[in-house]
Amino acid sequence: MGSQGGWGQSKEFLDLVKSIGEARSKAEEDRIVMSEIENLKRRITEPDIPKRKMKEYIIRLVYVEMLGHDASFGYIHAVKMTHDDSLLLKRTGYLAVTLFLNENHDLIILIVNTIQKDLKSDNYLVVCAALTAVCKLINEETIPAVLPQVVELLGHPKEAVKRKAIMALHRFYQRAPSSVAHLISNFRKRLCDNDPGVMGATLCPLFDLIAADANSYKDLVVSFVSILKQVTERRLPKSYDYHQMPAPFIQIRLLKILALLGNGDKQASEHMYIVLGDMFRKCDLSSNIRNAVLYESICCVSSINCSTKLLESAAEVTSQFLKSDSHNLKYMGIDALGRLIKINPEIAEEHQLAVIDCLEDPDDTLKRKTFELLYKMTKSSNVEVIVDRMIDYMISINDNHYKTEISSRCIELAEQFAPSNQWFIQTMNKVFEHAGDLVNVKVAHNLMRLIPEGFGEDNEGADNQLRSSAVESYLRIIGEPKLPSLFLQVICWVLGEYGTADRKFSASYITGKLCDVAEAHPSDDIVKAYAVTAIMKIYAFEIAAGRKVELLPECQSLVDELSASHSTDLQQRAYELQAVLGLDARAVESIMPSDASCEDIEVDKSLSFLDGYVQEALVKGARPYIPESERSGMSNISNFRGQVHHDSSTHGLRFEAYELPKPSGASRIQPAPLAASKELVPVSEPTYPQEILQPASVSSVSETGPTEFKLRLDGIQKKWGRPTYSPTAPSTSNSNPQKTVNGAPQLVVQGAVSSQAHDVSYDSRKTKVEVSPEKQKLAASLFGGWSSKTEKRPTSTNHKTTRVHSAAVEKSQMPTAAVASTEQAAEKESPQQPPLNLLDLGDPTPGDSTASIDPFKQLEGLLGPSDVSSVGNSAVTASKSADIMSLYAESPISGLGGTVANMAPTNSINLTSGVSNAANRNVPVGSASTQVAPVKKGPNPQDSLEKHAVARQVGVTPSVTNPNLFRDLLG
Amino acid sequence: MIHFVLLISRQGKVRLTKWYSPYSQKERAKVIRELSGVILSRGPKLCNFVEWRGFKVVYKRYASLYFCMCIDQGDNELEILQIIHHFVEILDRYFGSVCELDLIFNFHKAYFILDEILIAGELQESSKRIVARLIDAQDSLVEIAKEQASSLSNMIAQVTK
Repeated sequence: MGSQGGWGQSKEFLDLVKSIGEARSKAEEDRIVMSEIENLKRRITEPDIPKRKMKEYIIRLVYVEMLGHDASFGYIHAVKMTHDDSLLLKRTGYLAVTLFLNENHDLIILIVNTIQKDLKSDNYLVVCAALTAVCKLINEETIPAVLPQVVELLGHPKEAVKRKAIMALHRFYQRAPSSVAHLISNFRKRLCDNDPGVMGATLCPLFDLIAADANSYKDLVVSFVSILKQVTERRLPKSYDYHQMPAPFIQIRLLKILALLGNGDKQASEHMYIVLGDMFRKCDLSSNIRNAVLYESICCVSSINCSTKLLESAAEVTSQFLKSDSHNLKYMGIDALGRLIKINPEIAEEHQLAVIDCLEDPDDTLKRKTFELLYKMTKSSNVEVIVDRMIDYMISINDNHYKTEISSRCIELAEQFAPSNQWFIQTMNKVFEHAGDLVNVKVAHNLMRLIPEGFGEDNEGADNQLRSSAVESYLRIIGEPKLPSLFLQVICWVLGEYGTADRKFSASYITGKLCDVAEAHPSDDIVKAYAVTAIMKIYAFEIAAGRKVELLPECQSLVDELSASHSTDLQQRAYELQAVLGLDARAVESIMPSDASCEDIEVDKSLSFLDGYVQEALVKGARPYIPESERSGMSNISNFRGQVHHDSSTHGLRFEAYELPKPSGASRIQPAPLAASKELVPVSEPTYPQEILQPASVSSVSETGPTEFKLRLDGIQKKWGRPTYSPTAPSTSNSNPQKTVNGAPQLVVQGAVSSQAHDVSYDSRKTKVEVSPEKQKLAASLFGGWSSKTEKRPTSTNHKTTRVHSAAVEKSQMPTAAVASTEQAAEKESPQQPPLNLLDLGDPTPGDSTASIDPFKQLEGLLGPSDVSSVGNSAVTASKSADIMSLYAESPISGLGGTVANMAPTNSINLTSGVSNAANRNVPVGSASTQVAPVKKGPNPQDSLEKHAVARQVGVTPSVTNPNLFRDLLG
Repeated sequence: MIHFVLLISRQGKVRLTKWYSPYSQKERAKVIRELSGVILSRGPKLCNFVEWRGFKVVYKRYASLYFCMCIDQGDNELEILQIIHHFVEILDRYFGSVCELDLIFNFHKAYFILDEILIAGELQESSKRIVARLIDAQDSLVEIAKEQASSLSNMIAQVTK
């Protein structure tokens, strides 16, 4: 592992990441990734890849895929990695497959078996990894395979497992609601879980369930209200606080649920008044998370059957949002206002100016939100202003998705509130002109219906006026280039139907225009079809009115052209036109009645006009017609259906384990009886859906037939199992220790064993550390700036190693001492700042202080030949990995202190779980944490110094182009 | 629900992507291209929200890195903003004043952390301490595995010498 870089990956990988980072263009990046893909393709198929190496290849695949390239050639290797016994590799495998595969990928079938096994593992981390994969990968078809295990995990002693199991069931519900329909009582039960995390997770599926059917959950209103009350009264462990707010994420979920439950239900709403009133009481806009909860409270108030007092408070908060300087809060305020005006439209009035400000704001997001608000408050008195504004905005943007939305809103408002026909037609023209291609076809058809139907039912004159103003405006527009196809269709249709209706324009004028349209759009068959049909209508009306019809020359040439068209539709229309021209007035009038597009066309479904013909045929000896359902061969359709359904349910893949083969060879000789017995014997998992679906049919003997068709996974499993996998297994030195680590018992017993193991391992590390200072000195002599670094490194690492030994010796006393000391620390710390460890005192070494004088200058020495990076590697890796462990080391212990201090006098939420959780932590981790405790957290020159050092080893330098790379994200 | 999480650098480079709803490889590329175009060009004082194809994208810039999450119309934007912050705080605790570089080279660790915070597009745990404890437990297993591997190979090396 000599080639390991500062972050635990090989130099090769770090180089790849680095070169991607330095790529100047997307094309260059793509080129690098392509060569990496070629490289991986070659390497990953080599025989006997050590597992460690394989793990890195998988991570590299993830990287390639993350950058948007196809890594599907390696998916199978990621799948294989999930089968590994070592948690380290398994976790990487699961991570990769969850990132690679969608729920319907073919490879998922190969993982199901592993997931089933891992869900039963006695190491809860394995179970957690499997559950995370379940959420992503299990599709509707494979849910039955894992459902029993997941349900069982709801009773797992570890909260994290319970939580994930609930989330997995939630996912199942989203995929296939029926699959978990029988488990709803479990969700209700988990709502009362002692652990706030589990309770919070349960709110997710409950929200979905309540959204689907609120009435079945009305009994929970009181429980939700009381939970919310307890949360706001800070009865939850302090670790759920977020920026001094008690469990805000849980509060938000509860408010969402209450909004659903109180919607249109006065009685349920009344339960919520007090708690909601309390939410608004402490109203200041200082913290973001408080604003999030306030906003959710407003949403809740606007959804339930609220009291005037609540509405007032909600309006007050909304106005504060609107008055705020923050764009985010203004946005939320506009949204909240949109909700509140549904209850009381007057609320908007006092905020007119604020709304106008938001409308004028350069921020597009805010503008769109404001348009949404305006859309909600449009009346016939303000429709003109609002729609004009909307159209102006619509013209100015390029975002097609939003253009579609806003154009359909304009049309909807225009249809609903139009003050005059003139305005309506003009508005529609504008919308079609600028967003015609994006408008839903339905809208165009709507317009084509609206013009003949008119607005008023009994005002024929107004309707005529609407039509003639439409015709006039269309004739004006028609010559413009680049009209959207949909708009042209509407124009052609209206001109055909009403172009000559008011006798203002002559038939030849309109047909001439229509011919122009068809000519101008030679490639648009639909427009041409509309134009030809319009021409036909106009001629038909002329003929019906008894006038002489002369086909215009351009019209004639159009018809000629279309009758030779490739489109049969156009051909047919052209021939029809010619045929109509040859008919007499009476016939034409009955096929093309004027202004009759809205008349109902009567369809004689029973074909009664053929009765005479049928009768005649029967008399002549023809066989009478037998309806399809009565014909023989299909005698029982309902039966047949039932069978199909039944078959499909039994043909599905079976995921439960087959019985172990009987010791005698009987199973080989008589497979059929075995299969039958499998079906008959009640399986130990009573919740398995297949059993539930057809409990009656199980007993029938005929069932054995279908079971033989089933895919037998046990034979296949062997193929993918250990034997073929073993060739890729690494040398024993690697796999053995990982195996021993994996078992959970190891963790518990380790107290005694680990002290030795630690000694040995740290010794080995120490020897490594001792080697590297020499190299460092060498580097220091070669590159002047290294010296201060070398002084610092050995001291800090030696420091640690000695501590390790003391920890091993004083193993029994150490943990208690640590608890005591960190408890003090926990009391002293202010909640925002990362806790400082009291054990930290020895840390600021002389080397550190000198380094902080001018870290950059001294680090400059690291620049240069790449040899340097490998020199410093081992030292930095050691300290870096120690860092990672230490960061969280004291948190569990101080967590204990925190929860104890916070113990509330109520029984409703059991705090002991937190305590026992902390106590559950095994000894080795505890002692490990005390060993490496003296590393600081938070913004700290040493941290960044180390990071710079590591970064430069890898070869990344804070260049002028990207100086932010090194800046603290939270800084 | 959260449909996806994107981490994009100021230069438009992808640092992390996590998809909770199904998107094909092609769609993913398109989403990233479109969103980075929209988000990176937005001024500093504007909203942290963008309406996009009927969804809402909530983003926040930390130093040179943009954290983006795509959510449904009905979701609470301010809450998502805080979930992003929650994630960053946990990263910060884990890496010790996290910077973009940490995430570039340790993207897989960032994935593991994200998996403890979000699951199936929902926030699964809002207690930083519990998340930290879980990640710690996993890491300590990794550490033990490494230690044992090295000690064992040491022993083997000594025996075979």
